[in-house]
Amino acid sequence: MKKSTLSKDWIQQIVFTGPVTVAFAIIVILPFVMGMYYSFTDWNGVSGTANFIGFSNFTTVWNDEGFRDSFAFTARFTVVAVVLTNLVGFLLALLLTQPLKSRNALRTMFFLPNVIGGLLLGFIWQFIFVRGFAAIGQVTNWSFFNLPWLGDATTGFWGVIIVSVWHGAGYLMIIYIAALINVPKDLNEAAAIDGATAFQRLRHITVPLIMPAVTISLFLALSWSFKTFDVILSLTKGGPYNSTQSVALNIYYEAFQNNRMGLGTAKAFIFFLIVATLTSLQVWFTKKREVQA
Amino acid sequence: METGRYQGRTFILEIVAIIAVLLFLIPFYFLISNSLKTFADILLDAAALPKALNWSNYTRAFEIMNYQKAFLNSLIITVTSIAGLVVISSMAAYRMVRKPTRYNNILFMLFVAAMVIPFQSIMIPLMKVANWFSLTNSMPGLWFAYLGFGSSLTIFLYHGFVKSIPQEIEESAVVDGCTPYGVFWKIVFPLLKPMSVTIILLNSLWIWNDFLLPQLMLSSADLRTIPLSTYSFFGQYTKQWDLALAALVMGVTPIVIFFLSMQKHIIEGITAGSVKG
Repeated sequence: MKKSTLSKDWIQQIVFTGPVTVAFAIIVILPFVMGMYYSFTDWNGVSGTANFIGFSNFTTVWNDEGFRDSFAFTARFTVVAVVLTNLVGFLLALLLTQPLKSRNALRTMFFLPNVIGGLLLGFIWQFIFVRGFAAIGQVTNWSFFNLPWLGDATTGFWGVIIVSVWHGAGYLMIIYIAALINVPKDLNEAAAIDGATAFQRLRHITVPLIMPAVTISLFLALSWSFKTFDVILSLTKGGPYNSTQSVALNIYYEAFQNNRMGLGTAKAFIFFLIVATLTSLQVWFTKKREVQA
Repeated sequence: METGRYQGRTFILEIVAIIAVLLFLIPFYFLISNSLKTFADILLDAAALPKALNWSNYTRAFEIMNYQKAFLNSLIITVTSIAGLVVISSMAAYRMVRKPTRYNNILFMLFVAAMVIPFQSIMIPLMKVANWFSLTNSMPGLWFAYLGFGSSLTIFLYHGFVKSIPQEIEESAVVDGCTPYGVFWKIVFPLLKPMSVTIILLNSLWIWNDFLLPQLMLSSADLRTIPLSTYSFFGQYTKQWDLALAALVMGVTPIVIFFLSMQKHIIEGITAGSVKG
């Protein structure tokens, strides 16, 4: 009797958790563990052999100028994109929590770019930068539109920034709106009666009260920007002269164009360590805020 | 008083907001208006409205990118992956909450920890694993990969939700002679509906738009999803903007329609998901 209930329990355990565990183990865990091993080998994906070569890949990565450049680009891009996406998202949220008649329709429209995939967005913006900006430049004669968009390192950088901000701001706007709605009205009204200016109220009442949303949004943007891949692939392919090559793109080219799989997995492992650290910090900060609130 | 205040400051803000949204949406104007022009007219003036509606761009792009097939492929992989994810993840999350054995707790921690792994950091060995299990260049193979990649977040979201469901209802059902499977499917699963809606929407946006995983796994032209066929289209017709823009309009239309019809739920899902971290 005891034995049959025990085995029944095991069958239930397998039926309930088995299928997802198998898929997860094969698709995520196994490649992850293999990746750690392959990062210490000279696997090239063509010959099929993988010899253990110690830390040699990691020293190669350390001296790889292309990887360092892609890292520098990703870091610069991440800082600028995080600040601007949050700023635009927050300003939109401030505007669209005013008692505007069209605010629901406006929220929908500002969110719209976010549902389109990065690959298609990059292609759309390639046209806007190359043809659209030129056309606007002809009409208005503003030098901003007559720059060689996507043609040099500077405009390539800002091109990727513009598309990323356009893509992500609506999402952060939604998070900021949810936070702003919960700021008690009477606090702001009392401060207004006491003579606080609109900016003072924003700075000393609103912003401190929505700090949890700020933390979430900062880290969301951080993780998106650091992992950027699709948009850059379709917008600039990492060019001109690799000036907009992100780390994710660098890993992709190393593995699937240069066929240096071992080296690629070493880069991928470094990439993992950084992303995992950033994401864990996000969770830690969010939890800390929740305790205080 | 309220209307008096509206007419002043708020009216100006309303105008500012509408101008801002028009500027924000200008890329869509360029996209749509140029997709209806001839190639010569695009080069002549990309900012102008089309002189005549040139629908032939659409019919040609539709054929070249094999749109019908790509649309169906995208639809099939998105729907089947989400159906699979909802079934196997809700069952596992339920079991992990109700039977918090050491094994289940460790398993749950593994699923949660894996959420921090970026795709690029496992894609290289994944291709080797996919070859071992014959998952490459097949829709069922891609489907299986989505079950693996989607499981972490889906289980995490269901896990939090199951915890909020009181256990008493299930206990009385067991007393009435219901099997554990009956309890889950007849009682618990219907109660999970709000979370299921959020999970379906978040995963639809992700899987529909996903590019790199199908790009690495599929090689046959007739298995291409919309992002893949758009990508290969751009590989062949670089700078053929008349056709390319028509292809892009057709590429973004399904997901935009989906969003506009589901916007309330999508925006609620984002708010809920982000607050929970």
